[in-house]
Amino acid sequence: MAFWRSKKTDPTETSESDSAAAAQKPEQAMGILAKMRSGLQKTRSTLNTDIRDLFKSEGRLVDDALLDDLFAKLIRTDMGTGPAETIRDDVAKRLRGRVVKLDEVLETITEQTQSMLSQESTELRLADSPPTVILVVGVNGSGKTTSIGKLAYHLHHTGHKVVLGAADTFRAAAVEQLTVWAGRIGCDIVTGNEGVDPASVAYQTVEKAIDLGADVVIIDTAGRLQTQTNLMQQLEKIRRVVEKKIEGAPHEVLLVLDATAGQNAISQAKGFSEAAGCTGIILAKLDGSAKGGVILPIREQFQLPVKFVGLGEKVEDIAVFDPDSFARALFTE
Amino acid sequence: MFDSLSEGLQSAFKSLSGKGKLTEGNMRDGLEIVKKSMLEADVSYSVVQDFMDHVSEKALGKRVLLSLRPHEELVRIVNDELISILGPVDSSLHLKESGPTIIMLCGLQGSGKTTTCGKLSQLLKEENVKPMLVAADLQRPAAIEQLHVIGRQLDVPVYSEKDNKDPVKVCRNGIAKAKAEGARVVILDTAGRLAIDQELMAELQRIDKKVAPDQVYLVVDGMTGQDAVNSAGAFNEALELNGVIMTKLDGDARGGALLSVKHVTGVPVKFIGTGEHFDALEPFRPEGMSSRILQMGDIVAAAREAHRIVDEKEREEIEAKMASGDFTLDDFKGMMEKVAKPGLMGKMMGLMPGMGQFKEMMDSDEAEGGIRQTIGAINSMTMAERRNPKLIDVHRRTRIAKGAGVQASTISQLVKQFETMKPVMQAMVGGNVGDRMKMMRQMQRGAAMGDPTMGMKTKKGTGERLSSQEKKKRKKERDKLLRKLKKKR
Repeated sequence: MAFWRSKKTDPTETSESDSAAAAQKPEQAMGILAKMRSGLQKTRSTLNTDIRDLFKSEGRLVDDALLDDLFAKLIRTDMGTGPAETIRDDVAKRLRGRVVKLDEVLETITEQTQSMLSQESTELRLADSPPTVILVVGVNGSGKTTSIGKLAYHLHHTGHKVVLGAADTFRAAAVEQLTVWAGRIGCDIVTGNEGVDPASVAYQTVEKAIDLGADVVIIDTAGRLQTQTNLMQQLEKIRRVVEKKIEGAPHEVLLVLDATAGQNAISQAKGFSEAAGCTGIILAKLDGSAKGGVILPIREQFQLPVKFVGLGEKVEDIAVFDPDSFARALFTE
Repeated sequence: MFDSLSEGLQSAFKSLSGKGKLTEGNMRDGLEIVKKSMLEADVSYSVVQDFMDHVSEKALGKRVLLSLRPHEELVRIVNDELISILGPVDSSLHLKESGPTIIMLCGLQGSGKTTTCGKLSQLLKEENVKPMLVAADLQRPAAIEQLHVIGRQLDVPVYSEKDNKDPVKVCRNGIAKAKAEGARVVILDTAGRLAIDQELMAELQRIDKKVAPDQVYLVVDGMTGQDAVNSAGAFNEALELNGVIMTKLDGDARGGALLSVKHVTGVPVKFIGTGEHFDALEPFRPEGMSSRILQMGDIVAAAREAHRIVDEKEREEIEAKMASGDFTLDDFKGMMEKVAKPGLMGKMMGLMPGMGQFKEMMDSDEAEGGIRQTIGAINSMTMAERRNPKLIDVHRRTRIAKGAGVQASTISQLVKQFETMKPVMQAMVGGNVGDRMKMMRQMQRGAAMGDPTMGMKTKKGTGERLSSQEKKKRKKERDKLLRKLKKKR
C-alpha cells in the first residue's frame, strides 16, 4: 500500500512521534516495507478508489457528474454516506464551476479527511508503574489473536517484558493459537482450560505479571457480536476483576476492527465502547484491498483513535497508525 | 441511518400521497433514499447503481393501484426486485449417489470457514450422512487443532497431517482415507487468504485442479463492506464456485454485501450462519435477506421462532381467547413465562418488521427483570383477580404488592397495561392486515416517546398537524380511491 511506502520515505518522523510509546525502530519499519513489497506477490487489483482516475492532465470541470464520480470513489472506501457527503459537499462548495487540476481536489479532500481523523496521539497509554494492562476485544474473526501476537512482538522487541493472557476460553483451540504466538515471540503466557471463566484467566494473568515483574499484560478475549448482551457483560466483569488487582487497569482497551468490515463497524465501536470502555482501535487486515474508511465515521462519533494497523499474518506485520498517510492512501492507491 | 426504509420513503413521498402514478419526477427523492439505505447496508456502489437502474425502469409509469401510497408501492417494487436477484433458492448440497462428495470451503481470513465446517457436519449428521473433515488450513497457528476440537465435539472424524506443508497432498490423502472409511461427504477446510494474494490464490487453484471438489463454497462475513465485490470477484475468477455461505448474521449487520457477492458470482446462496452453536446454520431465504437489507424486519423468521416456542394448539387457544376478549392475566403470565428466556425477546423484536429499534431495549437485563417481576406480581393474585383485574382495589393492591415484593404502583401499572393491551391483542388477532400495521405503528410511536404503556391506545392522532380543511381534503381523496378500488373489484 502506498501509505506504507510513503511512511518509508520519512522514517525519522515516525520514530520521533512514537518514541515515547517505544515504537518500532526505523530499520524495523524498513524491514516491514521490504517484506510487504517483495514477499507477497500481490496484484494491484484495488477497490478503484483512486481519484486520480477522474482527472486528465488538463484538469476537469467540477460539475454534478464529477461530484457523483467522486462520491462513488469515496463510498468505495467504506467511509459511509455521511462522511462521503461531507467531503463531496465541501469540494462542491469550494470548487464548483471551476476547471481544476487533480492536485487541488486531492488537497481539499485529503485535508478534510485528515481533519476528520485528527487524533491526539497514537501512542499506547502506559501505566505510571508497571504492569500496563491491555485488554483486546472485538467481534468473531476480526483478528484479535493474530493482532495480539503481533502487538506482543512489537512490544517485546522494543524492550518490554510481555505476559499474554489467553482468556478466549470459548472458541476451540484459541488458547493453542495464542500459545503458538507466545512461543514464537518468547514471552510468558497464562492459560485456562476451555470453558473456564475468562475473568479468572485475566486475574491470574495480572497476578503472574506482577510476580514476574512484567511491563505489559495483554489479555485476549473471545470474539463476540456487540448485540450479545450477556457476553458483553462478561467483558465488564473482566474489567472489574482486573481493576481489583491493579488500580486504573485496564489502561488500554483495544477494539480490533476488520478493515474489510462495512458500516456495521460503527455498531461494533458503539457496542464495545459502551460495554468495555474502548480506548483505541487496531485496524486489522489492511494488507488486503479493503481501505478501512469506516474509521472516519467511528472517529467522528466516538472519538476513538486508531493506534495500530495490521498488515499481514507474520509476526512483524504491524505498524503504528499514521493519520496523514492513511488519509492519502485512501484516495491515491 | 434510517430506522426503516419505509419510514424514510414515507417522508419523501408525503407531498404526493394520493397521486396515482410513479413518475421520474416524483420518484427521484424516493429512489435517492433507497440508494442511500442500500449503501448504508454495505451493498457495493456499482451494484447499487445497477440495481437502481433496474428498479426505476420497473417502477416508472406504474400506476399506484394496489396501495394508496406511492412509497408502499415503491418499497414493494424494490423488495420484489431484491428477492428476485438474491434468488433462486438452492440449499441442497448435491450429494453424489456413490462415493464421497467433496465440498471445499474457501474465503478471507476470519470469515468463519472452520466454524462453518462444523455447522455443515452437524447438518449432515442430522440427515444421517457421515461426514469427514480435512484440515487443509496449514497457515494459521492451531487451525488444525481447532478443527480437531470441533470434530470431537460433534463426533466427526477429522483428517490432518501435522508436518505436511502441502495442502494438496493433505486433501488427497484425506479423501483417500474418507473413501476407505466410507464417509459420504468430505469437507475441506482451506486457509483464509487475501483475494489479492496471488501466491495463495494459486495454491487454492491447485487444490481445485488436483483434488477436483464437487462443490466449492465461498464463505463471506456478513459484516463485509464495499470490498465484497473485489474479493468475491477474485475467488470467482480463480475457482468455479457452486455456492455462497454468509456468516455472522446473528448480529445487527444488514448483510448488504451478499447482494454484491451474488451480483459478482451469480451462484446461489446456500446457507446463512446465525449463531455460534453448531445448529445455527439456516437455509437461505431471499425474502428474509431482502427485508434485512432494507431493514424491514423478517416476519417469517419471527413467526417461525414463535412456532418453536409455542405449539400450534396452544397458540390457537391463546388466539381464540385474545379474539374473544377472554384473555386473562393468567394467560398473560403463561405467555410471559414462555418468552422470559435470555435474549429471546430481543431476538423476536429484531425479527419483527419495524420493531428493530426495540431489540436493544428488550435485550437488556431490565426488560427480563421486568418480565420476572410481572410474573411474580401475577403469582401473588388470586384466581378471581387474575380473571377480572377490575376486582383489585386499594386493599387487594397492597396485599399483592407485598406478596410480590414490589411497590403498589407497579401493580396499578401492570393492571393498566394489561387493560390497554387487551383491545390491541384483540385487533392483532382478529383484525385484518391493515389493522395490525396500524397497531404496530402505534406501538412504535409509543415506545419512541418512552411511554410506559407502549402507546397501546386504541385511538390515535395521525402524527401530523393538519387544518380541518386539509383533513377533509384528505378524507375525500381517500374515499375517492377506495370507491375506485371497489369498482375495480
